[in-house]
Parts: sequence; structure tokens; C-alpha cells
Amino acid sequence: MVNETLTILSNESLARDVRMMRLACALVPEPGQFLQVSVPGGFLRRPFGVADYRDGVLSIIYKIVGKGTEYMSRMQPGQALDVLHYLGNGFRLQPGSKRVCLIGGSVGLAPLLYLARFVKDATVVMGFRSRADVMLREEFEALGCRVTVCTEDGSEGVKGFVTDALPEDMDYYYACGPMPMLRAVCNAAKVEGQLSLEARMGCGFGACVGCSIMTKDGTARVCKEGPVFSSDKLIW
Amino acid sequence: MVNLNTDIAGLHFENPVIPASGTFGFGEDFAPLWDLNRVGGIAVKGTTLEPRYGNPLPRIAECEGGMLNCVGLQNPGIEKVLSEKLPALRSVYKGVILLNISGFSEQEYLSCCEMASQSPDVDAIELNVSCPNVHGGGMAFGTDAKALGLLVAKLRPVCTKPLFVKLSPNVTDIVAVAKAAEEGGADGLVLINTLLGMRININTRKPILSNTTGGLSGDCIFPIALRMVYQVSNACSVPVIGCGGVSSGEQAVEMMMAGARAVQVGSASLRDPWACPRIAQEIADVCIKLKINSISDIWQKTL
Repeated sequence: MVNETLTILSNESLARDVRMMRLACALVPEPGQFLQVSVPGGFLRRPFGVADYRDGVLSIIYKIVGKGTEYMSRMQPGQALDVLHYLGNGFRLQPGSKRVCLIGGSVGLAPLLYLARFVKDATVVMGFRSRADVMLREEFEALGCRVTVCTEDGSEGVKGFVTDALPEDMDYYYACGPMPMLRAVCNAAKVEGQLSLEARMGCGFGACVGCSIMTKDGTARVCKEGPVFSSDKLIW
Repeated sequence: MVNLNTDIAGLHFENPVIPASGTFGFGEDFAPLWDLNRVGGIAVKGTTLEPRYGNPLPRIAECEGGMLNCVGLQNPGIEKVLSEKLPALRSVYKGVILLNISGFSEQEYLSCCEMASQSPDVDAIELNVSCPNVHGGGMAFGTDAKALGLLVAKLRPVCTKPLFVKLSPNVTDIVAVAKAAEEGGADGLVLINTLLGMRININTRKPILSNTTGGLSGDCIFPIALRMVYQVSNACSVPVIGCGGVSSGEQAVEMMMAGARAVQVGSASLRDPWACPRIAQEIADVCIKLKINSISDIWQKTL
């Protein structure tokens, strides 16, 4: 874990209230890891999953939900961002799996986009509220993924949740999104997978145990032993 | 060269910076980042007789200038703390280890104090009578001067280590509680623990924290902590360790000017894991600027 000041390269809209920020960064992340961003005026840092990394450019995706992300959305290229990185365990690649599915809800797609660089021929099932929220389709397709879009109101793609569009033949999955979505995926999937959890964190590096959950192996900190957990270890 | 040494209740601290309980675990998340010997003491995670998972999530919320937590004393239980956690910490750390102890009954506190007294890795006991996040827990003792005095008096004879009492600010008269702890036999006082607070999500109309309320810490509580340290230092003769909202060397010096012999650094470490060694260095820098040769010159000349 290091504390660095990174320079913002771009900060652009991806969908309604969602932005992608690109930062110049020498350190290479593992897929599934995250960083803690310090925002002026905020007391605690904000955690964001690594959405992509290539040739010294790190990308994060964030939704404008409060003062901190509101401030971030007004930041300009050339400005500096104070980050702690990289945090968490990341995804463990399963080389034996042939029909892998990446399942993400809205900004939960972020860590799956970087993971898609390491998983060949994946199917992506992405869930959103509505057409205005749909994003990252082209980015996943550019990495060779087949993409199914789901919207809750049916305004684009399959009407319903990601669990309404899971491929019958998938033999492994990686998922990230809000907890109710992850629970539904875990229940609906007939195979094992890995889930990247979200939690309100204090520190992001294990010290405060603010994000501890109970797993079949005992307590685990989402920030340190996670954020990625095997589906068979989680207790819902 | 500024002398940062401070002696408190017979314990020698190389410098007056102590990571506060509950924000530092047992040091294992910080040891890879910096040499733990750069802080004078370490107050480890609140320990109870039995292992505890704590409260459900969410346990963390933010507010202007601070944060709320309702972790609820998650810890592996005193047996594992004494047999695994503290020996691991001791293997890399030569300074003062304060074992923070919490309980739900007098008997639990007694058992923990007896066990901790046997451990070569415990230099002092910090009695947590101020956790706001567990029902029927410590704060019931910490907000009742008479009950606290009786508890400390019961524990004092079984405790062979210096006994510090960490006070709750959630009281009307902090001096009354402090004096009760002192009369019960406390060797020192640590103040303050978190203030009871709350946040509501206006979209769901529900409290953000699973426990509805939580302990407030961070920059915003500094003036309250400072005021209480000042009042208690003037009213009691046992040494006081200041805690609450300290995130810079200047604030640490200010806390010592209010009468504290040392300062604990809590939630500052959560946003900046290097906060403790940075503050220790900043204290030296501030002393040079203010022409202070030894930090004992700060607290000895109280207001």
C-alpha cells in the first residue's frame, strides 16, 4: 500500500450521474483491487474499484451520490488526486473455466471491465435501472466479450434484473454490484463464482474493522480479506 | 534536539504519541508501513473475555469533520489476544503496550484484568468504560460516577499493571466521573472516547448505522476533548492522556498545553495510515518553533 498523488488525465461522463476518471499511475493493479481517494472536505477516503489499467493509465468509475463524488465530478485534467493504493485481494483467475460470465450492476461493472482483460471469451450480463444508465457496452465488446444488457424498466435490452439473463451454460462467474443483486446472483447461479462486495468502509486497509462480515471461515474484512469472496464462503 | 520522552504512571514513553484503541487493531496493518517503534505507546483493540463479532453493517458513517462508528467491540477474545496478538506485536515493538479491556459485568472486567496482569506483553491496562456501541456494555459504568468508582476499586487489587481508565464524554460532569475513577485507584485517565451521535439517510428515512447511533470521532470533537482534558487535569492529580480529534503536531501540543502528558491519535490514522509517526515528528518541529526543549515543559506549565 502506498500513498501517492496522481494527476488527472480526463474526467468524462459515461452515463447519467456516472463518470470515468483517468489518472497517470505507474503502479500496476491486480483485477478486483481498489483504491481509497481523498476528497477535499471529506473526512474519510472513498473507495473505488480499478476499472481499467493500461500503459500507465489507471481508470476509476464513480457515481455522483454525495458531496465527495460531486466534488470529484468538477475536477479537471491536470489536477492532483491523493490516493491510497492498491487495496484488497482482487479476483483469483480460474484458468480451467471455459464459459465465464461477468455479472455487474451499474458502477459494479468497474472491476469487471479490468478483469475482462484477463478472461478470454467472457459473456457479460450488465444490469441498470433504465436506458439513461446503460454504459460500458462498447468497452466490453472491444475486449471480445458478448454483452447482454438488462434494464429494470425494459427501456433497453432484457426487461428485468441480471438474474433474468444469466446464460444457462456458464461454468463460472465473477460478479460485482449492490448487495441485493449479489445475493440474487449467488442464489440463482448453479455454479460457483467470485463476488466483489461493497461496504461502507472506514480506512480501507483493515485497521478499523468497520466493514467486517461473517463468512464460513469466520470474520473477514471486506477491505482486506476481500473485497472478492468465493460464493461458497458467503453467508447471506 | 527536543526531548520527547514522557513518563506516565511509572511507564516510560519514547514520545507522547499513542495510536488509540479501535483504530489500530493490534498493529498488524501498520507494521508493514512504518516502524512501530516510532510511537511511544500502542493502545490495542478493545478486548473482551469472549470473542465478539460486533454489530451488523453498516458500521461506518461520515459527517462534517468526522465520522461515526458502531463496530461494537469486534475482537477475538482475551485468550487469543494474550496468546497470539500481543506476542506478535511485542516481537516488533519495544514501547508501551496498553491493553484496552471492556466488559459487560464486573466479573468480566475482573477476569480480564487478572488474565492481563499475568501477561509479559501487557505494560498497562486501559479500562474501557466508555464504549457507546454495545448494550449493557462499558458505558453504563463510565457514565455513572459511583458505579465507576466501585468498579475501579474492585479491579485495582487484582491488577498488577498500571491501570488507566478511558472516560466517556457522554456525561454532564466529566470531573465528577474522573474523580471517581481516581478515588477508585486509577493510575491515570484517558479522555475522551467517542461522543454518541447519529446520521439518517434522507432517501430511505432510516438511520445510516445498523445500531441507529454510533460514536463520533475526528477533527470535530477536538475542542470538546481539549476542554475536558483541561478540566480534568486541573481537578485530578493522576496523569491524563488526551484523546479526541488530534491529527497534527500542533493539536498534540495544544492538547498537552491543556494538561495531557501524552496524546492518543484515533481516526486520523484511518484516512492517513502514517498519521502517528508524522504527528510525532511534527511535535518535535512545533517544539523547536516554540523554543520548547522538553515536552514535560508543556504540560507542567498548564493554564
